[in-house]
Order: sequence, then structure tokens, then C-alpha cells
Amino acid sequence: MSGRPLTCEEVIERLFDYLDRELDGQQAAAIEWHLARCQDCFTRAEFEKRLRARVEATGTAAAPPRLRRRIRDLLDRFDDEQDATP
Amino acid sequence: MILAHPTTCAPRPRSVVPPRVAPGVAMTEHQPAERRQWFEQRLEPLMDRLYGTALRLTRDPDDAEDIVAEAVGKAWARLDELRDPQRFEGWLFHILTNAFISEWRRRQSRPQRPMDDESTSPDELDIGRFTLFQQLHQPFLLWWGNLEEQFFHQLLQEDLQRALDALPDAFRVAIVLVEVQGYTYEEVSRLLGIPLGTVRSRLSRARGLLQKMLWQQAREAGVISGPRASAHQGKEDQQP
Repeated sequence: MSGRPLTCEEVIERLFDYLDRELDGQQAAAIEWHLARCQDCFTRAEFEKRLRARVEATGTAAAPPRLRRRIRDLLDRFDDEQDATP
Repeated sequence: MILAHPTTCAPRPRSVVPPRVAPGVAMTEHQPAERRQWFEQRLEPLMDRLYGTALRLTRDPDDAEDIVAEAVGKAWARLDELRDPQRFEGWLFHILTNAFISEWRRRQSRPQRPMDDESTSPDELDIGRFTLFQQLHQPFLLWWGNLEEQFFHQLLQEDLQRALDALPDAFRVAIVLVEVQGYTYEEVSRLLGIPLGTVRSRLSRARGLLQKMLWQQAREAGVISGPRASAHQGKEDQQP
């Protein structure tokens, strides 16, 4: 990347790479420099970050008691098999 | 520990934490009881995330339970392979992901439902360019209220889950691996055995499609209504 500041179009083009931590330090710093100075791009980035956090939160759901019992039984079975091994 | 009441933020027990194991010390050097305790103490705080991630990947509660049980069983059986105990969490989630991918590939070899592959109609080829932000961010409408705030306020987790579950398999898996599990594009490329460019393309289309579905849900739920809907209708018509 050259030392030239990024345009809004370039920042939006690379926004998801930035949010996905796919950029190197210098590229990420260039995006952050722009976001610190451009209200429109900052607002867009915050929106995508917020939506992304909500998507990430869908990856947590209360594990059913049945699954916990199943895992306990599974581990018990492994232990029993190990104990039975001469 | 596995039978403990399910909580999403269970505090880590202080008094029963086993002595730290230096990286490189195989778990075989522990007594069996200590080893089981060590495993369960680290597994318990991850259970809701393991199950939730499995649920997002599979879309089915029974399938999700199956792959979590399979992953935990494999992790327990292969615990000796974990050379750095500090990496337990990443190691376990990697086993879970591989368990899902194996099963997914096995099922993919069967005839597919139309939406299970990543093919899209010509109208959807540009779906990656759709942005919810453009629909909601209307400075000239601010006197009616902030639509972005209203959207997030009214967006239920169930709405988001429904939209994610409705994505074609290839898109859903890409977005879950990156946004829920935090894999890099390179890692997703290796895990799925697809080129890096395909990972990027699937992610872009997955995000566009997801945002379009959320936009449609928001409109149907009345988040956008009255004059706002009319004002947005024209804008939406210009979107792919």
C-alpha cells in the first residue's frame, strides 16, 4: 500500500477484510486512519461491526441437559474401557 | 461438571483449578481422575458455544447434539495429542468443525435440495452488493427516528437465526466459520478444500443475502412502515 490516504470507496471495498482481520498491520492502520476522520465510513463500519457481533452471538445456545448427560455417559464409558484394559 | 446447570457465563471455579500444566507436557502424565477433572473443567464453560456453533452449522438440534458428542468423544480420546493445554478451546472447536465438515461432505454426496448448493439465479448474482446499511441509513429521514437504531433494537436473535438458517448451505457454512468461529479465510479455504477466491465470493454473497433477508424481515415486521417504507421502496428497487 502506498502512503496515499485511502478514499471512502477503497475503505468500503476493504471494510469486511478489515473486520475479518484479514489485512496486515499497515493496511489496517490505513483503514483506521480513515475511519477516525470520516464520519460516513465510521458510521458504516460501526453498523457492520454491530451486525457482526449479533451474528457471532448466534453461536451460543444453551446446551440441552440431554447432551450433557450423553457426554458424561460417553466419558464414563471411555473410563470403564480404560479400567478394563489390562 | 457436565451435569451442572447450564449457564452461558458460568464463573470459572477457583478452588478446584488443577495445577497448570506446562506446554509440552502430555496429558498422559496425569492421573486418570485428575485428567477427567481437567477435561471437564475446560469443557463445561464451552458447552453452550459448542452447541450453539453446531446448531448454526447443522440447523438441526439432533444433528448439533450428535456432532458435539462426536467432537467431545474424539477430544477425550485424543487428549494426549494436545501438547499445549492453553490451546484446548481452539483445538476442541477445530475437532467440532472437522466433525461437521465430514458429515456435511457425506450428505453432499447425496442428491441436493435446490437451495443447498451455492447456485443462484441471474438476479442474485450481484447479491454481494446489497447492503442493509444503505437501506437504513437515510440522513434525510432522521426526523422520523434513527432507522439503524430501530433495526437493532427490534432485531431478535430468532430473526437472525432464521435468516442464517435460510442461507444456502455453502454460504451459511462460510459465514459461520468466519463470523461465529473466527477462522481466517485461509483456514476456511483449507478446511473446506476450496480456493481462497471462492471463500471470498461465498462470504460476500452470504452477507448480501443475509442482509437482504433481514431487510425483508424488518419490513414485514413493520420496523420500516408508512412514509419510510415508501421512501425506501424506491431505493430498494435500485438494489440488486
